[in-house]
Order: sequence, then C-alpha cells, then structure tokens
Amino acid sequence: MDFGFNKTEELFKQMICEFATREVKSLAAEIDEEERFPEETVKKMAETGLMGISVPVAYGGAGGSHLMYIMAVEELSRVCGTTGVILSAHTSLCVEPILQFGNETQKMKYLPKLASGEWLGAFGLTEPNAGTDAAGQQTYAVENGDSWVLNGTKIFITNANYADVFVVMAMTDKSQGTRGISAFIVEAGTPGFSIGKKEKKMGIRGSATAELIFENCRIPKENLLGKPGAGFKIAMITLDGGRIGIAAQALGIAQGAMDETIRYTQERKQFGKPISAFQNTQFQMAGLETKVQAARLLVYSASVRKGLGLPYAKDAAMAKLFASETAMEVTTKAVQFHGGYGYTREYPVERMMRDAKITEIYEGTSEVQKMVIAASLYPKK
Amino acid sequence: MKIIVCIKQVPDTTEIKIDPVTGTLIREGVPSIMNPDDKGGLELALRLKDEFGAHVTVITMGPPQAEAILREAYAMGADRAILLTDRKFAGADTLATSHALSGALRTLEYDLIIAGRQAIDGDTAQVGPQTAEHLDLPQVSYVEEVHYREGDRFLRVRKQTEEGYQILEVALPCMLTVLASASKARYMRVRGIVEAYGREMEIWTADKIDVDESKLGLKGSPTWVNKAFTRGVKPAGTVHEVTPEEAVDLIVGKLKEKFII
Repeated sequence: MDFGFNKTEELFKQMICEFATREVKSLAAEIDEEERFPEETVKKMAETGLMGISVPVAYGGAGGSHLMYIMAVEELSRVCGTTGVILSAHTSLCVEPILQFGNETQKMKYLPKLASGEWLGAFGLTEPNAGTDAAGQQTYAVENGDSWVLNGTKIFITNANYADVFVVMAMTDKSQGTRGISAFIVEAGTPGFSIGKKEKKMGIRGSATAELIFENCRIPKENLLGKPGAGFKIAMITLDGGRIGIAAQALGIAQGAMDETIRYTQERKQFGKPISAFQNTQFQMAGLETKVQAARLLVYSASVRKGLGLPYAKDAAMAKLFASETAMEVTTKAVQFHGGYGYTREYPVERMMRDAKITEIYEGTSEVQKMVIAASLYPKK
Repeated sequence: MKIIVCIKQVPDTTEIKIDPVTGTLIREGVPSIMNPDDKGGLELALRLKDEFGAHVTVITMGPPQAEAILREAYAMGADRAILLTDRKFAGADTLATSHALSGALRTLEYDLIIAGRQAIDGDTAQVGPQTAEHLDLPQVSYVEEVHYREGDRFLRVRKQTEEGYQILEVALPCMLTVLASASKARYMRVRGIVEAYGREMEIWTADKIDVDESKLGLKGSPTWVNKAFTRGVKPAGTVHEVTPEEAVDLIVGKLKEKFII
C-alpha cells in the first residue's frame, strides 16, 4: 500500500498545518485552563469547510477523502487535543451515521447544515450502566401516534452543550435484546430534551462533555435513523469509523509531544551540553519516533481502507489501540524529558499527557479494541 | 469587474540560508510559497469578488513547478489561472519580468491589476510599477486598503507612506501594488482544494504573448548581480537614560570620536 499523499492531499496538508499553527495552537493552553469550548475556532473551521471535509458535494460538503478528514484531526490534535475531538465527534459520530444510514429526506435536511458547520453534531450511546457493555441500554423510545417518545439519560457526551443535532440510541423493544435498539436523530431544543451536568475532566478540558436527559421527549416519527431495531448495528459501525478519528487524535497528540521534546532537548543544557547530545535521549527518542510512525501507518491504512469501501473494523481497532498507547507513552516520556518544567503549565507537554489518556478510554477502551482484534482471529463458528 | 492578480512563487525566506562561500541561496529543503504580499493582493481581489462578484484571474511567471501557487489560488477562490513558462523567460531581472507580464496582460481584459508590493526573495518592489508603466496605467503602490462603490469607475485607496498614509482616488483601469499586512489572507477552502487539481491550468509560452522577444529573459535583463553576501550580525546597542540635552552631547561626542563630524 502506498502512503504518499497525492497533490490534493499535499495542498490540504499545507492548509491544515497553517490553520492549526495560526488559529488553534495559541488557544490550546487557555481553553484547557478555563475549561472553555472554543466556539471561535469552530466558527473558523466552518468557514474553511473543515466541518464537512468528506461529505459529498451534493450534501453541501467539500467532497474530500476520508484520509483528508483524518489528516485534519491529526493536525488539529498536534497542537490541541480538544479541537481534534470536536471535529472527530462531529464528523465520525454524527455526520457519518446520517450519511450512511439516513434516508434522502434526512440527508437533505441535516447534512448541508452539519457540513457547513452551521450545526454541530454529537452522538449519544453511553449510559451510566451501559459503557463497554453498550447493549445494556436503559434509555427507551415508545411509538405514540406520529411520534417517538424518549426517556432516559446518556452520559459523557462529547460536544453536548454546543451540538444542534444528536444521533441517539434507545431501546424500542427490550425483548429483542441488541436487536431491540433503534437510532434516532434528535435536535437540540426539542421539548423534553435537556443537557445535564458538564463533566470536569482530566484532559481535553475545552471539549464540552455532558449528560443528555430525555423526559417524555417527543420527536417526529421520521427521525428514526435506519430501520427499527438497527440501532445497535448502526452504533457499532459508527464506532468502527469513530475509532479511526480517535486514533488520529492520539497520533496528533503524540506528534505534538515529539515536536515539543525535540525542540526542548536541543535547548536544555545540563552537564555542559544539550540533553539531546546524550545517547539516552537519542535512543529513547529514536524508539518513540519509530512508534509514532508505525501508529501513523496503521491510522492511515485504516482510513484508506474505509475510503475504498474495504472492511476496516479490525484495522480501526488496531490503529486506535496502538496510537492511543503510543500517545500515552510519548507524552509521559515527553514530561520526563522536560523534567520539573514539564510538570508545570509553562510547557504544553503536561496538557498533552492529560489529553492522551482519554484516547485509551473513549470510543472503545483499549480492552474493547483487543476484543475486536481477537474476534477477527477466532471467528465464531 | 475583471481583476488580474500577479503572483510569484518564492522560497520561504524565513527558512533560507546563504552559502557563505558562493554567496548564493541554499534552496535545498526550503519550501516554496506564494509570496506574502501577492497573497495579500489576491485576498483583496477575492474580497471584491465576494462583495461585487468580480472575476479573478491569477497569473505567474516561473518554472513549471510554480503551478503549485496557482492551484493554491484556485483553492482560495480564483476563477482562472495562467502560468507563463518558457526557457525564453529564464534569467529575467525585474525589467524583463515586467515586459513578459505586460506582454501577457495586453492580451487579457481587465479593470484592475493587483500585484504584491515586493517579493520576499528579491525585495525590489519594481515589477508592479514597471508593468504599469509598460501598460500606460495609473498606479498606486504600497496600498493598504481598497474601497469601491458599485458602478464607480474609480477606486479609493489608502497608501502607506513613511510618515503615515494617503487616501487617493485612482481611475480604473489601474495597477495597485499591495502590502500583505493590508488584509489577512483567507485559508484555502477545503472544497477548493478538492477541486483545484481538476481545474484548467493555462500554460502560456513566449510566442503566446504580445511582447518583443529581445526584451525577455537574460538578454532583456540589464541588471547583473555582482556579489551576494550575508551581512554580519550587528552588536547589541547600548541604552542611555539621559535628558535630551545630555543625549545631544552624547551623540555629538560619539560621532566626533568616530571622526564622522
């Protein structure tokens, strides 16, 4: 497989690097410190077309490749993990399922506004008692006349406080188990739908993570996404794609920590020479660089496979497992290389270390990724 | 309104070094970019397009790889792109370049031509004004702002000067040379990027343009670079906190010390 970028991707790389460096990097420390959602950045992303990179032109998007979207998450995360996940959750978890499973009316109604960035997207699956075991959904929806009525609570929902459109899973027929779960499109502001407690997190602190509360929330019947009972499948396929986004976020964070450490180790002098001159530094950095590049190849490979319409679930799981663990290792060592300074907020590596941790947890923990990978080795007979 | 923007591909001089032995630029590994003042000019043109529906053509003279900045201009929103490339243009100084550009511009329709004030590789600020002279156009250089009212046949512009600025009115068609600081250039649009390489790239050679060929390239270039060198780093100055009277004595004393006065 050839990972050389084509000319379009090269041009995109130039644009996204400039955008990340000039518009995103300078805000990263501030939004982390203040736990503030960077609305101004999202607006700028919308102006350039970043909120609809891989959405077809017919639905108001840029008509770009999945790899371009992944490059965007990587580059944004290189300077700010928060900004990376805002784009990833919007695109992978809301735009993608509507594009893949929505009917024409739903696509024409939601995609142009999501792709232009006028609307922000989010996804609701996780519940207090349904995390890794997502099948244990307690949120339920009942048919009533020309509506569905939703009740229940979702937690840890990325973009919650700022999103306009949510793809939400709810049980519609408990007797059917996972085949009794359905997917719905819910708009912010629908009566009976409110946003609950905002989480105070270790990392990605600018990202708005909160509860979704449904209390007799009545949504139009036509907002069912896909067939009744197809929700669990839709959620699992959506998460397969989302994992590539989170893997790209992890990759970007790892690369950002490498960039900072390469610079710092050349500036910092101890025992009369830059610490980059010590073989311990060089050998450790060589090992980390190799892992980052290996992660990059896994992430791009999964993305290219998805773009080509090939099976990619296992590739996405491997990419996320390896990239997130690499991000954790690189950022932890980056703090160590920075010594006492690295432990302070004067340098960005401590933020990167805090941001990296979540990539091993959300959209499937590392353990879930191993379950997915192992399942491909030992298929059910 | 038809606008033509003259742009140039330059080495990113923030990353460039000069070979201390030969005095020439070390170009290996240095990225090529759209000259910042030219990008500012393109941004002004695109703002006129956003507001009044102008048609924006970008033109550059350079080697075939200069196509990259024309694709970038497409991705920013330009409507038409022309690459002037021919061995006959090679070795051109500012005069020969301005002859080539004006030769191409003579064959095109325009109400306004915009060029960057100067390129970061040569810093001459000559090509725009020379081109305007060849085309017998009114020109304003060092432009920071452009104001236009629908239907007018003139522009109101703000020109930077050493002392401050001037507000001038200039009849169309005209040439403006503009500063990068005039307007923060927009980012390429993602959809523009996706479409950029599918769009037409007009390649023009010397025989396509309206110019006397003896004025082109090396043979049309009266300028010769005798020597290039890196200027030594100046030592840090000293700061004296004194009254104006004491300062006069101090400066006069120092100048006498160095036999300048």
